[in-house]
Amino acid sequence: MDMNQYLSMFIDESNDHLQSLNESMMGLEANPEDLSIVQVIFRSAHTLKGMAATMGFEDLASLTHQMENVLDLVRNNKLRMQDFIFDTLFKSIDALESMVEDITGGGAGKADVTAIVSSLQAIVRGEVPSAGNASAEVTAAASGNASAAQVFLDEFQYSVLEQSLQEGHQVLYVDVAIRKDCQLKAVRAYMVFDLLERSGEVVKSFPSVQDIEQEKFDYGFSLYYITQKDASEIQKMILNLSEIDAVTAVALDQESLRQMGQDSVAATAEAPAPAPVQEAAPVAANASPAAPLHPKEENGKAAPARAGGAPSPSRTIRVDIERLDVLMNLFSELLIDRVRLEQLASEVQNGDLTETVEHMGRVSGDLQNIVMKLRMVPVDTVFNRFPRMIRDLAKSLDKKVDLIVTGADTELDRTVIDEIGDPLVHLLRNAVDHGIESIADRIAAGKPETGTVQLRAFHSGNHVFIEIEEDGKGIYPKNVLASAVKKGVITQEQAGTMTDDEAYQLLFAPGFSTAEVISDVSGRGVGLDVVKSKISSLGGNVTIYSTPGKGTNFSVQLPLTLSIIAAMLVRLGSEKYAIPLSSIVETGIVKQSQIRTIHGNRMLEFRGSHIPLVSLSKIFSIPDYDESTEEETEIVVVRKGERLVALAVQDFIGQNEIVIKNLGKYLPDVQGISGATILGDGQVALIIDPNAFIK
Amino acid sequence: MAEDIKVIVFKLGTEEYGIEVEKVQTIERMMPITRVPKTYSFIKGVINLRGVVIPVIDLRGRFGIEEAEHTDQTRIIIVNVNEMEVGFIVDSANDVIDLNRDIIDVPPDVVGGIKAKYLDGVAKIGDDRLLIMLNLSEVLNKSEIVQLESLEG
Repeated sequence: MDMNQYLSMFIDESNDHLQSLNESMMGLEANPEDLSIVQVIFRSAHTLKGMAATMGFEDLASLTHQMENVLDLVRNNKLRMQDFIFDTLFKSIDALESMVEDITGGGAGKADVTAIVSSLQAIVRGEVPSAGNASAEVTAAASGNASAAQVFLDEFQYSVLEQSLQEGHQVLYVDVAIRKDCQLKAVRAYMVFDLLERSGEVVKSFPSVQDIEQEKFDYGFSLYYITQKDASEIQKMILNLSEIDAVTAVALDQESLRQMGQDSVAATAEAPAPAPVQEAAPVAANASPAAPLHPKEENGKAAPARAGGAPSPSRTIRVDIERLDVLMNLFSELLIDRVRLEQLASEVQNGDLTETVEHMGRVSGDLQNIVMKLRMVPVDTVFNRFPRMIRDLAKSLDKKVDLIVTGADTELDRTVIDEIGDPLVHLLRNAVDHGIESIADRIAAGKPETGTVQLRAFHSGNHVFIEIEEDGKGIYPKNVLASAVKKGVITQEQAGTMTDDEAYQLLFAPGFSTAEVISDVSGRGVGLDVVKSKISSLGGNVTIYSTPGKGTNFSVQLPLTLSIIAAMLVRLGSEKYAIPLSSIVETGIVKQSQIRTIHGNRMLEFRGSHIPLVSLSKIFSIPDYDESTEEETEIVVVRKGERLVALAVQDFIGQNEIVIKNLGKYLPDVQGISGATILGDGQVALIIDPNAFIK
Repeated sequence: MAEDIKVIVFKLGTEEYGIEVEKVQTIERMMPITRVPKTYSFIKGVINLRGVVIPVIDLRGRFGIEEAEHTDQTRIIIVNVNEMEVGFIVDSANDVIDLNRDIIDVPPDVVGGIKAKYLDGVAKIGDDRLLIMLNLSEVLNKSEIVQLESLEG
């Protein structure tokens, strides 16, 4: 069967399940006793396992299988959730995520998850270190345990061994430890088995032969072995193989065999939990008597309650963004035809025709709204990864942080959504790392020890605002200024005249970081300047409000969409250009006499300062216009940050909503041009990139 | 036994050129072109092809042949090569023929003044028709244009 056609569906659904796993785990962490959440997690993991197995992603399937084993014990009240289990499960989800990412990138979804798997197995065996223990310790404990673990025999195996003894064969209990630096331990193990099987028979091994073949074991394994040779000989044989750390081979007699056999039988009967779980089948049936009865009822109740309470599955379909782009193109064509039809109708002066064209105009207006809405995506698709990130971040910084997300259903154009993730990650890291104080500092400042980070999204006019506000230590303008002077960003004199707001803006200056010590969290040599420039490139803006001692608010203002903008259409000779309204400060008319030349550059006095006058006709070599021949010139003053430039144009045509198109792959970058748009008459007009004229 | 390929035939001056039909999206009549400043002189600008903005190249200019007035016969051939959509302005385009790959010869070093690297080969049809098969990726290769310009300039 060709799986490729299902692959994108698999990836989409896996991502959904991973997201749900992450969310539910966060929920469970906040509320560890709520077994209904465990059920949800279990179901997600189970579905994921099934899908992965069907698609042939074995590593994915086996890791989810191990997770299921743990979750199964939890939901059956055999295991209480605690920090170590949470961490391990989160790590597993991370590993699954990277596997799915690998598959998305065309890989086979392979990953080395031995450490996580052994942690999960250790949890299933009941070896959970007390809170705070490093996971390394666990792995060590797990591996130590694996080699020393009892090899449980079933009755059949026991009788085989017993019979062999009676027939005069040697029965050995062999424990092999492979060197920790061994690269291919499964191969090494295979060589041991191969060697042993040449002069005898391996009756039973722990872990099972399958697990060993799949490297699902730590650096040791044990086995029962029937042979004619004696223990020391076998020991020597195995030790002759390279990369074997230690071998113990013990010859068993009737008595010791019975002892071990009984032990193991007893062990399996008494405690099902520590037994290596081979099947996904829930061990629920033989619930230990200690477990109270009510959780089962709770499970029963929880499932339907959730089904009713949870938002009903939204009736949506997935659409390739490229198809939407095609739809958009077709639509803009329709708009152009509409304009032509309107022109024709007004010439023909036929009542019926005019009416029909008007009706078509209304319909296409509605259609335009729908097409635009199709491209809108809730910011939730970006926000949903933040709770997990904040959790991990707070943990690694040893802080307590609550993330409160509001307005996650606010919609933004898909193109903005794709770009906004990274800047937000940076601002959130910044808020937790630099904003929120350590627990001790918070207590000393009389604040609750848990800091709060608010992540808000909301519409306002033609913009969407995303705010990140924390109740941390705030930013002291004085410190910012001092630091900026020290780093040479500004001079001492400049610092003296700056307002608080201007001081805050310095945080966005290249090469500026307020942190005394650059931590590995927000350091990385990337500053807020990168955030600022990214947001500017989206046509947005960032502002900071801070109250020293109380907290800081980063407010990001974004345009609703990137594909349609308001623009000023201007004419230069026979050519038309569009200038984005967002960068226009004002328009005006200047006389030749107002233009001065300073150092060979033409300058213009504008609101008390001199700004450069850029001749578009010269830069673009416009064939049939030159403003220097005119007595008066229309100008458009554009802004990039604090700097202003006046662009000389011939005429203003007017303001228009334009659909942005790129110039095609053959012309990726044309200086001074950021794209093109199609005007009502079907002509292409180029969009001027004002930033290109401001150095 | 080489396969047959379908080829769009177009003219630049007196010479006939061929482009494999799979690489051709459509052939359009001349339409308004918006000039794009600060590009090579042979890039005439961009057109609106049913809602998509596509750059247009004057093939005469690209090959260093003197550019001609546009006539009723002038066509824009929209090709799609290496995911780039580009229009070629040609003098005329009015033929589609089947060509056996066997009859396409390796091009001579210089054909009609065009650098041989733009050519995939030359096909002789009948007794007196020579069809020059274009290597579109090379025609659209911009890094090489810079070299060419400097050689000529």
